[in-house]
Amino acid sequence: MTRKQKRLAIIAGGMSFILAAVLLVMFALSQSVAYFFMPSDLAKTEVSPGTRIRLGGLVAEGSVKRGEGSTVTFSVTDGSETVPVSYTGILPDLFREGQGVVTEGAFDAATRGFVADTVLAKHDENYMPKEVADGLKEKGMWQHGEEAATQ
Amino acid sequence: MIIEIGHYTLVLALATSLILSIVPLIGARRNDMAMMALAPVGAIMTFLLVLISFAALTWAYVVSDFSLKNVWENSHSMMPLIYKYSGVWGNHEGSMLLWLLILVFFSALVAVFGRNLPDSLRANVIVVQSWITTAFTLFILLTSNPFARLSPAPAEGQDLNPVLQDLGLAVHPPLLYLGYVGFSVCFSFAVAALIDGRIDAAWARWVRPWTLAAWTFLTAGIAMGSYWAYYELGWGGWWFWDPVENASFMPWLAGTALLHSALVMEKREALKIWTVLLAIMTFSLSLLGTFLVRSGVLTSVHAFATDPTRGIFILVILMLFVGGAFALFAWRAPMLKAGGLFAPISREGALVLNNLILTVATATVLIGTLYPLVLETLTGEKISVGAPFFDMTFGLLMIPLLFAVPFGPMLAWKRGDLLGAMQRLYVAAGLALVAGFGLYYIQNGGPVMAAFGLIIGFWAMFGALADLWHRANFSKLPFNVAWRRLVGLPRSTFGTAFAHFGIGVTVLGVVMVTTFETESVIEMKQGMTAEAGGYSLVFDGMRESIGPNFTEEQGHFTISKGGVAVADTWSSKRIYTARGMPTTEAGIVTFGFSQLYVSLGDPIAGGGMVVRIWWKPFILCIWGGCVIMMIGGFISLSDRRLRVGAPTRKAKPAKAPKLEAAE
Repeated sequence: MTRKQKRLAIIAGGMSFILAAVLLVMFALSQSVAYFFMPSDLAKTEVSPGTRIRLGGLVAEGSVKRGEGSTVTFSVTDGSETVPVSYTGILPDLFREGQGVVTEGAFDAATRGFVADTVLAKHDENYMPKEVADGLKEKGMWQHGEEAATQ
Repeated sequence: MIIEIGHYTLVLALATSLILSIVPLIGARRNDMAMMALAPVGAIMTFLLVLISFAALTWAYVVSDFSLKNVWENSHSMMPLIYKYSGVWGNHEGSMLLWLLILVFFSALVAVFGRNLPDSLRANVIVVQSWITTAFTLFILLTSNPFARLSPAPAEGQDLNPVLQDLGLAVHPPLLYLGYVGFSVCFSFAVAALIDGRIDAAWARWVRPWTLAAWTFLTAGIAMGSYWAYYELGWGGWWFWDPVENASFMPWLAGTALLHSALVMEKREALKIWTVLLAIMTFSLSLLGTFLVRSGVLTSVHAFATDPTRGIFILVILMLFVGGAFALFAWRAPMLKAGGLFAPISREGALVLNNLILTVATATVLIGTLYPLVLETLTGEKISVGAPFFDMTFGLLMIPLLFAVPFGPMLAWKRGDLLGAMQRLYVAAGLALVAGFGLYYIQNGGPVMAAFGLIIGFWAMFGALADLWHRANFSKLPFNVAWRRLVGLPRSTFGTAFAHFGIGVTVLGVVMVTTFETESVIEMKQGMTAEAGGYSLVFDGMRESIGPNFTEEQGHFTISKGGVAVADTWSSKRIYTARGMPTTEAGIVTFGFSQLYVSLGDPIAGGGMVVRIWWKPFILCIWGGCVIMMIGGFISLSDRRLRVGAPTRKAKPAKAPKLEAAE
C-alpha cells in the first residue's frame, strides 16, 4: 500500500468506528429512554402496557398501604388525576404522604395498575424533583417555591 | 470583623486578577520583562488573598457565626467540629469559593514551578488563568456571596444536610476540584501557546505533569465520590450514571485521552493540533460540569440552588471561554506544522486508537447527559436517560479499548511489530483465560458475557505485568540481572503498568458486582435468619441510641458461616433533629474483596423490620483499581523526565519533584 492508501484506510477505519458509535447511540436512545408523565398527562395520552415511563406527582394523602411482604401500594396525584402505583422494595427515607415523588416503571397489562421498580423521593425537605415541581407549578399546586429558593 | 476582612480580600483578589489579566499580556507582546514579571508575583498574591477569604469563611463556620446567612443555612452549633470544617464547601457558595481557591492555587503553582518556562509563555499562562479567576470571582461576588449577613442574627443554624455529614464531604469535593480545576492549567497552556503561536514537543513536556496531576486527583475524587454514595445513601449502588457523576466523568475521559496524546506529541511531535484541541476540550467539559451542577438545571443531590441568574452567569462564562478558545484555535491551528509520520501499527497508532475510542465514548456520555435537557428546551417533553443507555453505548465502546490496552506499551514508536507483541502476550492471554474462566466457574454460572468481561479485566492486569516482565527481560536474562533492570526502569514505565493494571482491577470489580451480586428484601423479626453470599445473618433486634445531633434506631446482625459466628454489624436509621430528616446508615461487613451490605427499611406490623441485604462480590476491586491507577499517576509524576526542571537538572539540583508540588 502507498502512504496515501494507508492514510485512507486509517481514516476509513476511524470513520466507521464513529459511525458505529452513532448508530449505537441512536439505537440505545430509541430503546432505553423513559418519558416523564404526570397523572393528568396519562388521562390525555395512552401509554401501552410494558413501556417504561417515569410517573411523577405527589403521594396522595392516606393512600399508602403496606401489603404482603415488602410490597407497598400508594397513589400518585397531581390534583386532578390519580394513578395507583405498586412497588416492591424499600421506600426511600424521605418518602411521605403529601410529598413529591418520581416513580419509574411500566403499566401492567393485566391489572392496568402502574408497577414501579424505582421510587425517587426528595433528597431533603426543601428539595422537590424538578419535573414534579414544574408540573405542579402549571397546575397551581406549588407551595414550596419560597422555601426552595432559600436553599 | 474577620468576615469583612474575608469579603474584602475576595474583592481585592478580583482587582489583582483583573490587573493580571491585562498587564502581563501586554508585557509578553512588547517583550517587557518588568510587566511579565508581574505575573508570578501577582498569581501568588491572588492565591494568598483568596486563601485569607476562605479562612475567614472557615472561621465563621468553626465559631458558628449565624449572622452569616450561609453559615445559618448550613450549620448547627451542635454539629461535630470536623463537619464544621467540611461544611464550608457543603453548600453552593462555599463550594464555589473552594473552586476558586483551587484555581488560584494552581496559578500560584505555575508561578512557583514555571521558573524555567519561557517568560512570555509563563506570563501568558498566568494571564489566561487570571481570566478564569476574574470570571469566577465576579460570579461569587455578584450571585453567590458567602459573606452575606443576616440581621438580626438567628440563635441557631438550620444544620447541614445530613447526607453531607460524613467524612466523605471532607475529602471528595477537594480531591474532585483538584482534578477538575487542575485541567484549567492545561487549558491555559493551550491558549497561551496559541496566543504565542509556538507549539512544540517542549510544550507537551511542560503540560504533561499538570495533566497527570489533575488526572490523578480526578481519579481519586471520582472513586471517593462513588464509594461515598455507596455507603452513605443506603441503596447499595456505586455508580448511577447520574448527570452530576457524568459531569465529573467526562473531563476524566477527555483528560485520559489528553494524557496519552500529549505523550505522542512529546516524543514524536505528532498530533499537535489534536492535543491542543483536547486540552481545550477537557477543561471545557470541566466548565460544563460546573454549569450542570451549579445551575440547578438537573435533579440531583448536588443541586443546591435553583437561582436562574447563577445558571445564566455560568453559561455566559462557559460560552465565553469555550467559544473564545475554539475561535482562537480555529485561527491559529492552521499555522501549526504537522509532525512526524508513523505507521498504523506503532505506539503512536495505538495511542491514536486510544484517543479515538475515548473521545467517542466521551461524546456518547455527553449526548446521554445533555439530550434530556435539549429535548425539554426544544419540545417541552421530559425524558430520562438512565443506566441502560450508558451500559449499552459506553460499555460496548470500552471493550475494544480494554482489549487493546496491553498491546499499546508493547509496540515500538514509529513502526511496531504486532506479531512480536502478540508473542510476548501469549502467556498473559493464557493466564487471563484461565483466571477468567476459573472465577466464572467458582461463581457457578451466570451469563457467558460475564466470563468474557472477567477475561478482559484479567487481560489488562496480566498485560501490564507482561510489559514489565519483558522490559526487564526476565525471560532471557538471569533473575538477578533482570531484577536490576526492572528496578532501573524509568518510573513512568511503572506508572503506565500500574494505571493499566488498575483499570483491569476496576473492570474485574464492575463485572463481578453487576453479574453476581444478590439482593434480597425480607421482613425479619428478632431471631430470624437470612442467607446471602454463603453467609447467614441473624437479626438480633433493635436498640435506640442518641448521637450529637441525631437520634438513631440500630439493628444488630450477627453473621456466621458454617455455624461459626464470623462478624457482626449495626445497621441503622437516623433522624437528624434540626431538619427532622431521616437517613439510612448501612451495615457493611468486608470479607476479602467482597462485602455484605445490610440496610434497614420500615418497621412492620407486629414487630420486626424490612431488611435489604446485598452480597457484593469483589466490590472493593472497583475502588481498589482506582487507587492503583492513582498510585500509577503519582509514580509517573515523580519520574525525573517529567519534572519541570528535568533538562537542567544539574544546574538546579535543589528543585523539588513535581509530586510534592502537587500535594
